[in-house]
Amino acid sequence: MDRKDFKIISEWIKKDSTVLDLGCGDSTLLKYLIVNKNVSGYGFEKNIQKVQESIKKNINVIQADFNIGLEKYFNSNFFDYAIMTQALQENKNPDHIILEMLRVAREGIVTFPNMGFWRNRFQLGFLGRMPVSNALPNDWYNTPNIHLCTFSDFENLCKSLEITIIEKKVLNDKYSSNFLAKLLPNLFGEIALYKFKKE
Amino acid sequence: MTNKINDNSVGIVKSKTVEIKQNLKLDCGKDLKNFSLVYETYGELNSEKNNAILICHALSGDHHAAGYYNIDDRKPGWWDSCIGPGKPFDTNKFFIVSLNNLGGCMGSTGPNTINSETGLEYGPDFPIVTVNDWVNSQKLLADYLNINKWACVIGGSLGGMQALQWTISYPDKIKNAIVIASAAKLSAQNIAFNEVARQAIITDPEFHDGRYNNYNVVPKRGLSIARMLGHITYLSDDSMRQKFGRDLREGKLHFGYDVDFQVESYLRYQAQAFVERFDANTYLLMTKALDYFDPAKEYDDDLSKAFQNTKSRYLVVSFTSDWRFSSSKSHEIVKSLVKARKNVSYSEIEANHGHDAFLMPIPQYLEVLRNFMENV
Repeated sequence: MDRKDFKIISEWIKKDSTVLDLGCGDSTLLKYLIVNKNVSGYGFEKNIQKVQESIKKNINVIQADFNIGLEKYFNSNFFDYAIMTQALQENKNPDHIILEMLRVAREGIVTFPNMGFWRNRFQLGFLGRMPVSNALPNDWYNTPNIHLCTFSDFENLCKSLEITIIEKKVLNDKYSSNFLAKLLPNLFGEIALYKFKKE
Repeated sequence: MTNKINDNSVGIVKSKTVEIKQNLKLDCGKDLKNFSLVYETYGELNSEKNNAILICHALSGDHHAAGYYNIDDRKPGWWDSCIGPGKPFDTNKFFIVSLNNLGGCMGSTGPNTINSETGLEYGPDFPIVTVNDWVNSQKLLADYLNINKWACVIGGSLGGMQALQWTISYPDKIKNAIVIASAAKLSAQNIAFNEVARQAIITDPEFHDGRYNNYNVVPKRGLSIARMLGHITYLSDDSMRQKFGRDLREGKLHFGYDVDFQVESYLRYQAQAFVERFDANTYLLMTKALDYFDPAKEYDDDLSKAFQNTKSRYLVVSFTSDWRFSSSKSHEIVKSLVKARKNVSYSEIEANHGHDAFLMPIPQYLEVLRNFMENV
């Protein structure tokens, strides 16, 4: 239960706040935040199996694809936080969803795998193959990850969307941090967590 | 054959009738001084009386939701797939109440029962009742059964409207609501379908302004056409294609206006069966109850305001191929519940059965119900 990324997200979140978890999966994170931070809110998930597990856990979940838009369900400035863990790269329009997150919530939190991680660079740059790793387990033809980016790419996007990054944490695929990842995150970090808001 | 009554059936059931000698003020302004409700129960009410579930029926449904009346019964109750030991609405755990609504034609006070004040059959004089009136009458039934608070109120289609209304009218008397293939109000298209059905009945020469029983006739043609139309809207293009395609009943065209295609034969059969069991005045009344339902109306047309004081947990379910009560109607309910910051989960089940899907044993659907019920 005590995954490092969950712990970090939990630390970034105020007690009793309202949360929207986009691509909430089986709602393990939401449950963690409810237990540890007494949050209230909703999960958003398109996969029926995951929805089943969320309902079984007694978590509020809405079965829908966030690619179709959040305006169907959520008014502006409705939540304290909109969270998206390991799903940004599955979006048709990541830039749009980031703005949507900041429409419905005061602050956004995302986690995603780093395409610039040295192993990924090595696989593509030297082996000439699309990277496959623990954080990116699929082959190119069956991956749901259609919009992969590096940490630098993400930070540039935030800049162009006039979004301020409030917090950043870089982890390896075991969800722990190390010295090198702190030193050169875009080369040695495998997974990043960002907390951001509108400028 | 007796082996069809499986271990997971509620078995042989018997309906009961309660006479409620209390005035019920109806939305139309009239009063029902006393009335009867026919109902069935499955499972046992526990000593804390906190395991009661109310099942609300849809347009043509009734109180016989599960089990068989006798060993030779051809079919079980209309929601037998969901009600029984080990089923999503588990009778080992819950005490389940299912009633025939006021204005119905299966034994509860309605157009084809006697008005005690006049000694005559109500017929078309039976007041038009609303979803709100039904919920108020169901509350009196709950009182009679010593149920202070429903663990859950459940319904599909028009039944889902009753579940929604329960949470609004009696927020302290309901803990959970399951709203399936329903809507917070009908669209113009939906009302239009109902109007065609009503016109079919009303313009039948044997309707006699609703007093057909005095003439010992039934407006069969009108009621049949109403049912055929309704039935088409409860199915999907896909499911009809799968079920009938363009199959011919006798393998060839007849170049006449009698039945050529299987689908025609099916519709006629369904209509015939319906005419034999259902009352035309009740059909008219039920469609009006559907049309009139609009709980947001009293709240500046803001549905989230209507939900403001509710205390239930909600499960909203819709089906991908349902175009009579499309998913967008459920989205509207969910959006308003979210806006009111209520506990709600929503599942859109992939199914090609159209609106009728809510009565089908679709595995993912039953699983959603089961998972939600685990926390009831």
